Amino acid sequence: MSDFPWLSVLIGLPLVGALLLIAIPRERETLVKQFALGVSLVVAALTGAVAAGFDAGGARFQFEEKYWWIKEFGVHWALGVDGVALTLILMSVILVPLVILASWHEADRSGGSDVPAKRSVKTYFALLLTLEAAMIGVFAATDVFLFYVFFEAMLVPVYFIIGSYGGAQRSYAAVKFLLYSLFGGLLMLVAVIWLYPLSAKSAADGGVGHGTFMFDELSKMNIDPTTAKWLFLGFFVAFAIKAPMFPVHTWLPDAAQQSPAGALVLIVGVLDKVGTYGMLRFCLELFPGASKWATPAVLAFAVVSIIYGAILAIGQVDMKRLIAYTSISHFGFIVLGVFAMTSQAQSGAALYMVNHGFSTGALFLIVGFMIVRRRSAKISDFGGMQKVAPVLAGTFLVAGLSSLSLPGLSPFVSEFLVVVGTFSRYEWAAVASIIAIVLAAIYILWMYQRTMGGPTVPAVEGMKDLSAREKWVIAPIIAIIVAMGFFPQPVLHVINPSVDHTLARVDRHDPAPDITGNVAENGARP
Amino acid sequence: MQAEGIQAASWLLIALPLAGAAILLLGGRRTDRWGHLLGCATAVAAFGVGVAMLVQMLGYDAAERGRTVHLWDFIDVGSFKVGMNLLVDPLSISFVLLITGVGSLIHIYSIGYMAEDPERRKFFAYLNLFVAAMLLLVLGDNYLVMFLGWEGVGLASYLLIGFWQHKPTAATAAKKAFVVNRVGDMGIIIAIALMFATFGTIDYGPILGGEQAGMASRLSTGTATAIGLLLLLGACGKSAQLPLQSWLLDAMEGPTPVSALIHAATMVTAGVYLIVRSGPIFEMSETAQLVVTIVGAATLLFGAIIGCAKDDIKKALAGSTMSQIGYMTLAAGLGKAGYVFAIAHLIAHGFFKAGLFLGAGSVMHGMKDDVNMRHYGALRAVMMTTTVTFGLGYLAIIGFPLLSGWFTKDAIIEAAFDKGGTSGAVLGACAVIGAAVTAYYMSRVMFMTFFGEKRWADDVHPHESPKVMTVPLMLLAVGSVAAGGLLILGGFSGFLEPVVGAPEHEHEFKWLTAPGAAVFVLMIIGAAIAWRQYGARKVPREAPKGSFVTVAARKDLYGDAFNESLLMRPGQWLTRLAVWFDGRGVDGLVNGTAAGVGGSSGRLRRVQTGFARSYALSMLGGAALVVAALLVVNVS
Repeated sequence: MSDFPWLSVLIGLPLVGALLLIAIPRERETLVKQFALGVSLVVAALTGAVAAGFDAGGARFQFEEKYWWIKEFGVHWALGVDGVALTLILMSVILVPLVILASWHEADRSGGSDVPAKRSVKTYFALLLTLEAAMIGVFAATDVFLFYVFFEAMLVPVYFIIGSYGGAQRSYAAVKFLLYSLFGGLLMLVAVIWLYPLSAKSAADGGVGHGTFMFDELSKMNIDPTTAKWLFLGFFVAFAIKAPMFPVHTWLPDAAQQSPAGALVLIVGVLDKVGTYGMLRFCLELFPGASKWATPAVLAFAVVSIIYGAILAIGQVDMKRLIAYTSISHFGFIVLGVFAMTSQAQSGAALYMVNHGFSTGALFLIVGFMIVRRRSAKISDFGGMQKVAPVLAGTFLVAGLSSLSLPGLSPFVSEFLVVVGTFSRYEWAAVASIIAIVLAAIYILWMYQRTMGGPTVPAVEGMKDLSAREKWVIAPIIAIIVAMGFFPQPVLHVINPSVDHTLARVDRHDPAPDITGNVAENGARP
Repeated sequence: MQAEGIQAASWLLIALPLAGAAILLLGGRRTDRWGHLLGCATAVAAFGVGVAMLVQMLGYDAAERGRTVHLWDFIDVGSFKVGMNLLVDPLSISFVLLITGVGSLIHIYSIGYMAEDPERRKFFAYLNLFVAAMLLLVLGDNYLVMFLGWEGVGLASYLLIGFWQHKPTAATAAKKAFVVNRVGDMGIIIAIALMFATFGTIDYGPILGGEQAGMASRLSTGTATAIGLLLLLGACGKSAQLPLQSWLLDAMEGPTPVSALIHAATMVTAGVYLIVRSGPIFEMSETAQLVVTIVGAATLLFGAIIGCAKDDIKKALAGSTMSQIGYMTLAAGLGKAGYVFAIAHLIAHGFFKAGLFLGAGSVMHGMKDDVNMRHYGALRAVMMTTTVTFGLGYLAIIGFPLLSGWFTKDAIIEAAFDKGGTSGAVLGACAVIGAAVTAYYMSRVMFMTFFGEKRWADDVHPHESPKVMTVPLMLLAVGSVAAGGLLILGGFSGFLEPVVGAPEHEHEFKWLTAPGAAVFVLMIIGAAIAWRQYGARKVPREAPKGSFVTVAARKDLYGDAFNESLLMRPGQWLTRLAVWFDGRGVDGLVNGTAAGVGGSSGRLRRVQTGFARSYALSMLGGAALVVAALLVVNVS
């Protein structure tokens, strides 16, 4: 099975699905939705089957394929996954069908008062499938140029989703999103192209002897420190915008507020992860020296993002904006973990990307359910919902608790690992970041109290609890969050070897404990 | 040593109530009819398992009573290896029996107390969840598993304080409890990180040691102080000790059985457990130990003073809980000389305080949920069982000779004096004064509620509670009377010794001691003053104005005012400032500058038509900022 181009098939399937979708007659809306759901389920199942064949103890990149794409320019269609990429792809393909199911009526013409006149149901679902293809591609690419292509390709469906299916100020938000992303992308493009002549240099000059964009070759280069710093910055700024980090984060709250809730799951849950994934994979491994050089400043930005995002979240009046700001705080933790460069912190960061996708995804989906009922995401438009919709309130609470990293739910494990791993090398950063656990309790529980607690406000009276479809959307995510809260090891087992590779490349070793030895067998007491 | 027999199945202790909670929450309304029975059954079954485990343990030699159970590999990254491991030893089994024993009684009582509540099933689900989490807390064999339980009980506490979410006060109190506890949790997480950085492990065995000293014995004083104070911060949050005490009084918004189980008998004592369990770390730092004793002494007075002024029966008892845990914390800070008494008092307190709270619940049940003691009076005539059981709890807590509190509290007072030096004298004096104040405020509660003239309105018809509530009261009263004596005379110190170590000077129990006699006299005086004010005299239905001390005590000694002016208001300003800054500063400032520099014709045009360009500029500004900062910070 190893020779079969599984990853290409995984990228191709949703694309073909999107094309076939366009061929379905416009009136057959239900068929469009069912077909989209079917395609995404097949992709998810197939990915699961592929993932089952992944050998955590085996080669770093598996399911590799490599074909010439633009030979004159040294560009390959090269795919392959390591543990981190695989888990992120798995997360993406699990989220897509749930998003499609949750967005069942998102594009319907009967949607609501502020719905634009021209909205095509099938375009919406075709865009979601296109986005899925790009998401798989961006994590699977092992050619840096191909990665860049997928990186930019993701923008297109998202731009149209926000711009055509978003809220009242959708075009403003869409343009802001696009410009920020394009700007970052351009910086990265400059850096990517710059790599080509560097790689063409002889091995003695730090190159590999021929022009290439293959990641495994580029990561063996020995770039001179000054150049490496500039290239690092090109990549890093692009990823910092994508993630996003303070102070280039302001596009996200606007995009979040205007975007349909379902698509938002993919924007914040998956797209933004490309930023932190990129830092872990490309910044660190292509420019290890420059990464270490930049570490103190990056950690400072990460800590500021953690605290700043959390404080901003407390001050929000719109739930989608609020969750967007919590994500800025969470991305801060991921960046902290990536750059602390200990195995605990980096495995924690990689796991955090997955956990955050499900946790924040659940929050956005439930907020989406609330918006469908109330036509508003404003906190003050709700109140006392737990009385009329206890199941909705319960799932909202669980999702919220996962977002504040309650032990027993998956995000705790990753946040804890990041803090412990960061502490062992940069005590100040870990201590400063920990204030976020108090702020997180405030923003989540205060939001819960104002929307679900208190006396039931008239506008909420008679609201329906979750429908069967909505329960099918949210139950799998909550099951994953709980299961990975108690059993994170199977995922960590897959992630750890990739992280070890990265750490070996940057030549960082975990600090040794101050006091050693005397470890009683098995921790046994007398 | 690996556990065998029933101890190897100690996971059942947690799994039973956890399964109960899961069935009741996922089953929804379908389980309404029998949900409360399932809830009780799992708690009682867990108690049965606990008893069987104790019997098995008593069959082992003292040195072989610590047994571990490995369930699965929880987290394994680099050198950070943490198993989902349980530890059955004399300390954890003591808690297991308290939690499941008192817990079962409170479950059963709740059948009657919550009978009218449409959400009774959910209530039992949360209670079961609490029991499971609390057992995980005490059974965990490393700091991370302990912390899982620690946060689990925090969650259960949050859910149960806010059980009546439609009451804004309850919803706010629940959130407050959680947030304040999180302040303490920061301490625990950093403590765990520091322990991992120091020892390379967070397992109890290697750090704390057993027969042989663990790695903690090689700690430098500075690190030991740091870890100790960080753990203490966590303990202060969970156990409502100064300065994180403010949430406990508000937590009385929860249904009364919750106040009895979580906010009196078990969860709030978790901080004491943590300190006693981590004893070998605290013993390496005199500073950390001293701070623990100071926190304990200050809180025992703080809580007692609040208890004197409250007219709300539950809040008076909550002040008392704070104060009694202060005694335990004080004892825990005394090191090996105090650990056993801290735990003995904790267990005795679990019985009498649970009994007192459930007694208060029984009164409220008869009084249409009125909590104001000024509306009570003379209830002994109509609620005989409640009066007697409450009275026994009352005598136990004020330390009436031969009852539970007398054995355990006097032991703590003596141990404080035995510490010697100025600190010993001051701590001992605080504990003695606290005992006198305790006698006063508890007598006040007793007299206002059950004695004097009836002050209730004509449409209230107080009555005795049903059997399902009074039988647990009676059983708890037996514990209030006997638990302390059984523990102190029955060799509890020998039982715990393999875990907490032996004190330098073997403490010998004496029936009559000088501090004991002084405490007895002061107790009589305290009770007498209360009788003069609230027993012999008519109690007004409306609270009199009171001196400034009374007013301060009614306002929880300004704990909330302190938090509000020092933390909440500045926090709100900071939040507003940040929101403003994010809109204007980060986005706007760069835009504005760009517009000014570019000679653009003003804000309006930019907003309406030029946002594409201005955002391009703002991004450029932001990106430039990142690059500049990277270069500046790393200029070296």
